[in-house]
Amino acid sequence: MGINEITGILLTIVTASMPLLIAALGELVTERSGVLNLGVEGMMAVGAVIGFIAGYLTGVPLIGVLAAILAGVVMAALFGVVTLIFVTNQVASGLALTIMGLGLSALIGDKYVSIPGLDLARVHIPVLTDIPLVGPLVFGEDPLVYLAVALTIGVWWFLFRTRGGLIVRAVGDNHGSAHALGYNVIRVRFLAVLFGGACAGLAGGYLSIVYTPQWVPNMTAGRGWIALALVVFGTWRPARVMIGALLFGAVGILQLNAQGYGVAIPSQFLTALPYLATVVVLVIISRNRMLLRSNTPACLGQSFVPDR
Amino acid sequence: MRILVAAAGAALALAASAGVAQADPFKACWVYVGPHNDGGYSQQHDMARQMVAKELGDKVDASTYLENVPEADAETPIRGLAQNGCKLIFLTSYGFGDPGMKVAADFPDVKFEHATGDKATDNFGTYNIRWYEGRYVMGQIAAKMSKKGLAGYIVSFPIPEVVMGIDAFMLGAQSVNPNFKVKIIWVNSWFDPGKEGDAANVLINQGADILVQHTDSPAPMQAAEKAGIFAFGEAADMSSFGPKAHLASLIDNWGPYYLARTKAAMDGTWKSDQTWEGFADDLVQVGPLTNMPDDVKAMAEATIAKIKGGWSPFTGPITWQDGTVEGADGKPIPDDELLGLNKFVKGIDDKFPQ
Repeated sequence: MGINEITGILLTIVTASMPLLIAALGELVTERSGVLNLGVEGMMAVGAVIGFIAGYLTGVPLIGVLAAILAGVVMAALFGVVTLIFVTNQVASGLALTIMGLGLSALIGDKYVSIPGLDLARVHIPVLTDIPLVGPLVFGEDPLVYLAVALTIGVWWFLFRTRGGLIVRAVGDNHGSAHALGYNVIRVRFLAVLFGGACAGLAGGYLSIVYTPQWVPNMTAGRGWIALALVVFGTWRPARVMIGALLFGAVGILQLNAQGYGVAIPSQFLTALPYLATVVVLVIISRNRMLLRSNTPACLGQSFVPDR
Repeated sequence: MRILVAAAGAALALAASAGVAQADPFKACWVYVGPHNDGGYSQQHDMARQMVAKELGDKVDASTYLENVPEADAETPIRGLAQNGCKLIFLTSYGFGDPGMKVAADFPDVKFEHATGDKATDNFGTYNIRWYEGRYVMGQIAAKMSKKGLAGYIVSFPIPEVVMGIDAFMLGAQSVNPNFKVKIIWVNSWFDPGKEGDAANVLINQGADILVQHTDSPAPMQAAEKAGIFAFGEAADMSSFGPKAHLASLIDNWGPYYLARTKAAMDGTWKSDQTWEGFADDLVQVGPLTNMPDDVKAMAEATIAKIKGGWSPFTGPITWQDGTVEGADGKPIPDDELLGLNKFVKGIDDKFPQ
């Protein structure tokens, strides 16, 4: 296997992992504030369709990306109003958001199916990108990969090194005490939910603008659910979520490579392998109850009403 | 009071008789496994449905279709169509066969047509396209256009239709270049643009310079365009997704068949049948032929004409992967063997999936 082939494999792994990572980071912040938003798949789908349409109509990929983020924010705002203002059950509302998002995206995108999208080129820095192996991986990715890496560092720094992040975590761990201290729990959670929506929308836009530049119904293909699992997998810590996303992407791409090389393992097993790998790691993590309990936001999924 | 009841009864009777007196248009319905606008397989069925609606106008109601019907859960929706007045139901995917048969047994007056199916009863017929004829031509084109002699083949499930396609492609390629090789990836889905794109990139990475697909989205064509190699499209004209990459697409042309069958069902001349046609009936087309030199185009057109004239790509002698030779006498492999095909020809290195 030549160096070019290895580089190619690693590049495809990174590209495949990015939508999962971005969506998972958004959900991580949302869950750290105590809100369980199961609507990631729906928000991603709406982000994908709006992003594709905006990019296609204007001819500028950046506008498509911004539109995708906005679409995710709008969907998340809807979820926020329903669960934080009207205090409905978060799990049910999240599921409803997913189902609605999938259907709504298909409805909006009906006229835009099977139209080729724009081509977002990979970054190319004259000397640096041409270094074998390291070059394309570090300096030759498409722009959204760098954004995702920056996002990971940004989320980590925000949550664990700033006052704002401390408040978010406090609200997620003990909303009663946070409220007693004078923090506006509902406002903090609402902003966290909006951020989660923005990331989910961005991840969806990534799919329809960069990954496979087109819109087809259900193109998210369950990635939102995988992102939700990755948050737990990474025990609500950004760096571990990134490892999880890369692991999932790697297993998915490597099984395709194995098939290409003629490895005689049944393809159905290989297709299931990424999901199996995620389950295995989740089981291993869960065996250490202390690890899980010490990292789970204590008030995850619990509704908070200020005047009760 | 009695006058009121009598008047109401008369009005009701009038309305009922008026309803009966009207001739309802013949209702034909379609069931798709994917979205009606997937840019590939299901969309071709839907375009054919629209052609029927246009050609037959008021005489037919061809507006009903179900899309994204999961094959495992198809019985209830199909039953719903039969109960709601559909007289002719087109089931467009292999997996609709068993649920469709169950419903057909309960509704003997409703006629069913099952695409790519293999079992038929009195009111349940099947129709299929000899896609492998097109695949053979594509194989010949691939062998001429590929510099490395290696194609990447993206496929869904190891059902006979798919296997026929792979084997015919290889036979076509081997007729031009006996050492042609193919790498096969099974994505276990008919339609998943993300996975198809991933598979395409993996094959390109492993050295393939021609891509073939037996899945429904244009993602592999896009990947080929981005990588600067050639690719064949599937079910619909995919040249808009890969203007420089596109060589040919295997186009499903269901329109004339649907028109003929709907007319027959309306006339009362419909009989359960197992239709299996290809180039000869224009059910499948290979086109448009782009990005290739004239001599390759001429070769492709000559082969299409030869197949139209009755020659089968599976004409012997054919050597299978295990070494056995079939059709040594020069006779083509019979249809029922093709319909149950589960082996690869010699020259394909991958083991046949179990």
